[in-house]
Amino acid sequence: MKRFIQVISSVLLMTFLSTAAFAAKTDITLGMALEPPNLDPTGGAAAAIDEVVYANIFEGLTRFGSDGSVNPALASAWDIENDGTRYVFNLRPGVKFHDGAEFTAEDVKFSLDRARGEDSTNAQKALFANIAEVEVIDDHTVALNLTNADGNLLFNLAWGDAIILDPASADKAATDPVGTGPFKFSNWVQGDRIEIVRNDDYWGESVALEKATFKFISDPTAAFAALMAGDVDAFPNYPAPENLPQLEADPRFSVVLGSTEGETILSMNNKSEALSDMRVREAISHAIDRQAVIDGAMFGYGTPIGSHFAPHHPSYIDLTGNATFDPEAARAMLKEAGYIDDLTLSLKLPPPAYARRGGEIIASQLREVGIDTEIENVEWAQWLEQVFKGKDYDLTIVSHTEPLDIGIYARDDYYFQYDNDDFNGLISAFNKETDPERRDVMLKQAQTMVSEDYVNGYLFQLAKTGVANSKINGLWENQPTQANDLTGVYWSE
Amino acid sequence: MLFYFFKRIGSLLATLVVASVVIFTVIEIVPGDPASYMLGLNASDDTVNALKAELGLDQGRVMRYVDWVGGMLQGDFGTSYTYRTPVAEMVAERLTVSLPLAGYALSLAILLAFPAGLFAASRRGGAADTVIMGITQLGVAIPNFWFAMWLVLLFAIKWQWFSAGGFPGWDAGFWVGMKALSLPAIALALPQASILARVLRSSLLDVLNEDYVRTARAKGLTRRQALWGHALRNAMIPVLTIIGLQFSFLLAGAIIIENVFFLPGLGRLVFQSIAQRDLIVVESVIMLLVFAVVMVTFLVDLAYAWVDPRMRRSH
Repeated sequence: MKRFIQVISSVLLMTFLSTAAFAAKTDITLGMALEPPNLDPTGGAAAAIDEVVYANIFEGLTRFGSDGSVNPALASAWDIENDGTRYVFNLRPGVKFHDGAEFTAEDVKFSLDRARGEDSTNAQKALFANIAEVEVIDDHTVALNLTNADGNLLFNLAWGDAIILDPASADKAATDPVGTGPFKFSNWVQGDRIEIVRNDDYWGESVALEKATFKFISDPTAAFAALMAGDVDAFPNYPAPENLPQLEADPRFSVVLGSTEGETILSMNNKSEALSDMRVREAISHAIDRQAVIDGAMFGYGTPIGSHFAPHHPSYIDLTGNATFDPEAARAMLKEAGYIDDLTLSLKLPPPAYARRGGEIIASQLREVGIDTEIENVEWAQWLEQVFKGKDYDLTIVSHTEPLDIGIYARDDYYFQYDNDDFNGLISAFNKETDPERRDVMLKQAQTMVSEDYVNGYLFQLAKTGVANSKINGLWENQPTQANDLTGVYWSE
Repeated sequence: MLFYFFKRIGSLLATLVVASVVIFTVIEIVPGDPASYMLGLNASDDTVNALKAELGLDQGRVMRYVDWVGGMLQGDFGTSYTYRTPVAEMVAERLTVSLPLAGYALSLAILLAFPAGLFAASRRGGAADTVIMGITQLGVAIPNFWFAMWLVLLFAIKWQWFSAGGFPGWDAGFWVGMKALSLPAIALALPQASILARVLRSSLLDVLNEDYVRTARAKGLTRRQALWGHALRNAMIPVLTIIGLQFSFLLAGAIIIENVFFLPGLGRLVFQSIAQRDLIVVESVIMLLVFAVVMVTFLVDLAYAWVDPRMRRSH
């Protein structure tokens, strides 16, 4: 009996010790394929900047939730006055920047004026174009007076480009970001990793993680090896979809498939000789087998789309029926437009796999209906210069990753060269509209219009393929904006 | 000797001037504007222009070339467009990885190659020679990134003795740093060691056929004594040339291995900067690499003179 008690007590002791030893981890290492060039989201367009700082280091007046909804952040509440032309924000009291400076209405005025000012280098300056004046009412109240009523304002203010900086530290944000978020910047070993640590003075709910490390691994094989060897705990945007089935089968990892804001499209130059004829554009749309592109280029990850709109958005309508895969119909339309096996189009492909792999597949599908393509692989800088600015292209493949960006079709001289006064009128009315129901109707009209005009070939919504240690909880499943929000992340024991 | 020295210095300077013009011109000709790359698809023209002015990109090309070269002469390599940090600082940081890695790999290569080469040469035609030559043939043929992946698969994933990559920094401790560089250094060293061993062997065999080696043997030295005392030093010239080339290659050309092991080295910096059109970084780093290669060649030339006194006199 004595021996029995000894055994029992030692077993109990062991269990106690082992649970103590396996207490939940409080640090995490995330893998990212690209390193941010700097850490100032108000001074560059690189997605990797927001993937480190958004919601972790920096906050704006509003912020995106994991479902894409717009929620209060530094502004706790707001009133809309004067028929939607004046927004009065109540700011959270007692918020401090990481350097100890207090957050006040002056910081809001400074940040927004900086973003929309003449010397601004904000990549999304257009978001602020409608703001006429930023008015400080008192320390914790600020009003935005607008030129026109603006139904997008709260949404626009949630972007990473609209975060609030402290005047004292704003100029150093590129290398030494000081924000109000739940994490503080700690260390950056360029080319290798960025470390952030918990901000114990955070105004909101305290976060579970004490430390997070972002590690930059661009090579897909190396990413796989780093996961397998336990060097990284999670890869929120895993760069090698071909390994996903293998990771899915491994109990140490969980694979999370979500959606992004990336509409991947075969962009067409609507003013190039052949493509200015809508019949040719429609023929191209019917020549494409989307599922074959998704399977071949993305290993099956991606949702087919029929317009420039994200399927997870509440106002989405399925328009894939406008461009069913029908090579016979495509041939007939080309014939009608006067092209019988004698159409050659340029196809310029930027570096991402969706474009390079997708481009080869689309080229062969187009050949089936009698269109020859001249494929040219270009780097991003070249793409911007030749395609985006110079409009020197017929076809290209790009994923447009900004949220709710159908408004680009109304932009003057945009690289699609789509020119439709009805559509432009619709978008300008939408921008002013604040009633949710009417906004919904307008979004549906806009989707239908670009789909029925066959402005571009609509391929698929880019999937977010995340891989994480199966004990990690709280990472975003979808990607309503480019972010790795760590506020809700914790390890289970 | 002095004339030889100055002649070398002269050709070194000329190479650097020509290189700076070529590098600048080539990189400027390639299309793509850094400011619009950084600001992405939604930026308006006035935003791009504001950024260009901030970065000094609104000046003419000649002006920028003069500024760049003038700055370099004073030790100022400019400020990276995208990282917004001085290029010199970034390069210095990357060199703390690339230089030790190149040194580590080259030391391993030499440590492997010398015994193998000497052994094979002294047993020419024997079984040992055949085996060593077979292995080195394989070492030359295997691509180093493929070998690197095997190392990762075995030592990082299967046995978990090493990390799959990354570099914790020298702050974490000397041995921790060396451990992180071990797999990449081995992957880099294997092909270099194979090349070096083959060169050493064939160079030794050439020398062993020389009259003075026969004379040495005739005066009663053993084969081994003749090899060590007379042949080795004379066989060193081609070997030194290869070592010099290998060091330059390892410093700049480790880029694929740096990618496989995600190391923050110079190669990756250049690669990233090219993609991001960070012209000033690309230009300055390539210029530094040219400088390093030219310097290594210069030192190798001096080393020739050291091992072969005839070189000092005849030039």
